[in-house]
Amino acid sequence: MSEDWQGDIWQALKKGGIAQVAYVPDAGHEKLIRAAHADHGIKATVLTTEEEGVGLMAGADLGGERGVLLMQSSGVGNCVNAFSLLKTCGFPFLTLVTMRGEWAEFNPWQVPMGQATPETFSRAGFLVYRVDHPEDAGSMVSAALANAFDSHTANAVLLSQRLIGAKVF
Amino acid sequence: MLERRIAVARLLADHDDNLLVVAGLGSPTYDVAAAGDHNSNFYLWGAMGLAVPIGLGLALAQPAKRVLVVTGDGEMLMGMGSLATVGARRPPNLAIAVLDNEAFGETGGQQSHTGLGTDLAAVALASGFAGAAMVRADDELGSAIDMLRNAVGPVIAVIKISRAPVPRVLPERDGHAIRQRFRSALLSQGGIG
Repeated sequence: MSEDWQGDIWQALKKGGIAQVAYVPDAGHEKLIRAAHADHGIKATVLTTEEEGVGLMAGADLGGERGVLLMQSSGVGNCVNAFSLLKTCGFPFLTLVTMRGEWAEFNPWQVPMGQATPETFSRAGFLVYRVDHPEDAGSMVSAALANAFDSHTANAVLLSQRLIGAKVF
Repeated sequence: MLERRIAVARLLADHDDNLLVVAGLGSPTYDVAAAGDHNSNFYLWGAMGLAVPIGLGLALAQPAKRVLVVTGDGEMLMGMGSLATVGARRPPNLAIAVLDNEAFGETGGQQSHTGLGTDLAAVALASGFAGAAMVRADDELGSAIDMLRNAVGPVIAVIKISRAPVPRVLPERDGHAIRQRFRSALLSQGGIG
């Protein structure tokens, strides 16, 4: 495990058999998104809004593939009703969420959804993990991936704003 | 305008294992069930706006199968952005049939955007779909169905249907059961397990 935490996450996703990656971009996911598009074994899909990704991952599972949704904490609120699909049907689900609004945030508009993100996931029945240290990123994603696809649960890995590095303009 | 049950029955005629159907919540789910329950029908009872994204994820995972999303104008309007997502991805095996009565039929028949100016076929075409059709009369349905079942996708047909009430045909409602049945039937064919 290294300081290249995005590289560690990518290795964990590949090792876990992820075939589809859907995303609404975030700077914290930039390296993963680039890697997904560069990998011919991965179907990478850009979304107009995050809840599409919940549907996309459900469809992937119906077709026998594993996927991951990459989004930012502000997108979690867009997904709330879509999460009912996961619970009602027992879909395996993995999302990696870059956090805003929690550490040296310069934009007050990011704070409400960032602060509400962990509880939103908990109330939707997710298992929630938080990565604060780069050396934990790969193993945390591997664990969440196993819980998703081996134990058929919904899982969210929160990549803390401190880990990603505060955004400044 | 067409009668919805007759249109969907024609659309799903000769439904075999190579055709995977995602049905949008409400009347389209009842219409698909009325045309004949099938292991490769995935019925939605909620998650409004996600029928097309589910169809897209499935189409990407199963490129050798035809994936047909059957949904209504209200559901498609809620997920209109997903037409852009499909247009960006251009899956050749994805087709969308919108049963368009220009109304929110389940909630009192309030007029929808398609009766107030939105042309979903034009939206899809402008988003990069390979083909789109607007069906207003019986004699236009045959060629639209041929496109939905056979043409290189992504394709969409907006089928203008009557608001006349039809008997409810209610399929399985347990989401776990619907998912399990669909996956077992599809993935036991020697596909990815």
